[in-house]
Amino acid sequence: MAKRIDVSDLDIYYGNFKAVEGVNVSIEPRSITALIGPSGCGKSTFLRSLNRMHEVIPGARVEGKVVIDGQDLYGADIDPVDVRRQIGMVFQRPNPFPTMSIYDNVVAGVRLNSARMKKSDMDDLVERSLKGANLWTEVKDRLNRPGSGLSGGQQQRLCIARAIAVQPEVLLMDEPCSALDPISTLAIEDLMTELKEQFTIVIVTHNMQQAARVSESTGFFNLNGVGQPGRLIEFNPTEKIFSNPDQKATEDYISGRFG
Amino acid sequence: MTTTSAPPANPRPKRRPGDRIFAGSAKGAGILILLILAGVAIFLVTESFPALTAPAEDVPGGEGLASYIGPLIFGTLMAATIALLVATPLAVAIALFITYYAPRRIAAGLGYLIDLLAAVPSIVYGFWGIAWFAPRLVPFYQWLEENLGFIPLFAGPASATGRTMLTIGLVLAVMILPIISAISREVFSQVPSLHREAALALGATRWEMIKMAVLPYGKSGIIGGAMLGLGRALGETMAVAIILSGSAAGITWALISSANPQTIAANIALQFPESTGLAVNTLIASGLALFVITLLVNMLARWVVNRRADFSGAN
Repeated sequence: MAKRIDVSDLDIYYGNFKAVEGVNVSIEPRSITALIGPSGCGKSTFLRSLNRMHEVIPGARVEGKVVIDGQDLYGADIDPVDVRRQIGMVFQRPNPFPTMSIYDNVVAGVRLNSARMKKSDMDDLVERSLKGANLWTEVKDRLNRPGSGLSGGQQQRLCIARAIAVQPEVLLMDEPCSALDPISTLAIEDLMTELKEQFTIVIVTHNMQQAARVSESTGFFNLNGVGQPGRLIEFNPTEKIFSNPDQKATEDYISGRFG
Repeated sequence: MTTTSAPPANPRPKRRPGDRIFAGSAKGAGILILLILAGVAIFLVTESFPALTAPAEDVPGGEGLASYIGPLIFGTLMAATIALLVATPLAVAIALFITYYAPRRIAAGLGYLIDLLAAVPSIVYGFWGIAWFAPRLVPFYQWLEENLGFIPLFAGPASATGRTMLTIGLVLAVMILPIISAISREVFSQVPSLHREAALALGATRWEMIKMAVLPYGKSGIIGGAMLGLGRALGETMAVAIILSGSAAGITWALISSANPQTIAANIALQFPESTGLAVNTLIASGLALFVITLLVNMLARWVVNRRADFSGAN
């Protein structure tokens, strides 16, 4: 299931504006990789380029290579729809489909991918995914209620259940806890630690304690100034980043002496 | 007006004059619309009362009110239904094309054009219908009669002029198309990108994204637009009067023959100038029927929208 991601010489553009420049990184399977850095440094943009969600924005494009399991995601014959089916994504703000029940939200991706599925198989999948997202006990009695009626933390876990229901190879999380309270955040962090047994997880976070708590590797993005492209300054094991980083900029950012 | 939570020392929250003026004028506007509606309803009921109580042979047609208004109601509903069935899917498709498929520059122009079409007066559509559209439909009707004539809807003889119920339905469809697509377009463009990205990130194609996120979210808007269109179709007078003038048959399912029931609005427009006494009351009674139909249809639509209000995406 879990796959390794190799990024080489990746430049990311919005129209003519170069948002991210020259990223080279290898992301290990079955691990959590955290991306930290100041706002606007391109870490979310980089994350979105890993499952080709970046190009959803008109004018957005990418140069360079993102190779997963020997296959370049930006190869000429690759359909972005297929890429997104293999690489799930959880967004900053919880976004369950408001017009669907909890049950339908979980199976939304599966209904896209596969043909007919037996009702019992579908029920099993819903239970498995919701259990995987630590949400099952809270919602098992109201699977037919709208997903938008849940609390923010529950909605975010519902989105995680929806993402893992399709058994992706990689799970991308774009500040998944930034809209949540500390208890819900803890629930999601515990969940990530469980999920990394099966998936390759890449998470963007503004919370450095979170990065330190959950991730094996950390990448620090920064930019030299307004209008300059963001760069990956340092990529190292999390312990090293937070104790003895190679770069002065990393140390400044982590210790709060940024800017 | 409850002040339960306010501390006893200051029982009334401070009311600022701006708030009071705005609240007052909003309340006044709300009451005014109710008064106008009530006034119309009272007028319709009192003026149609003589016709409702008159003996059957005094009512125009000589067979009572029900057999006078019945075909008119039937014709009205028939024309409006055809229009709605044709226009709604087309309007939604146009709106989807403009919001999600057309290149941005074309989309802006198309949207403007649609809004412009919504402003064309109905008399223009009526002329267009009779002078251009109806004659061109004749071969199509003949084909329908020959090949699908066994279906009662397409029973012959096909009209030679093309001035038929189906023509009316199609002209009305063209007429309500812009309003439905203008409203649908507005709703579709307001679907939060959060929901659209949720669908795309699951590996939805553009059409799947539309099915998953856009159409369910926009459903109440589509229904609202369709109701506005239906209101226009039900009440449309001049276009129908021009095309169907002269023919006044009873209830018939045949859509392509020259014998067609009139619609209520067109009938009022055609008959009113020459009517006196009880005939006027009868026409007003038919107006009352139209009023009630419109009310019922709107209540039905509201019920459809509210049935799954929890899932509307409004929360």
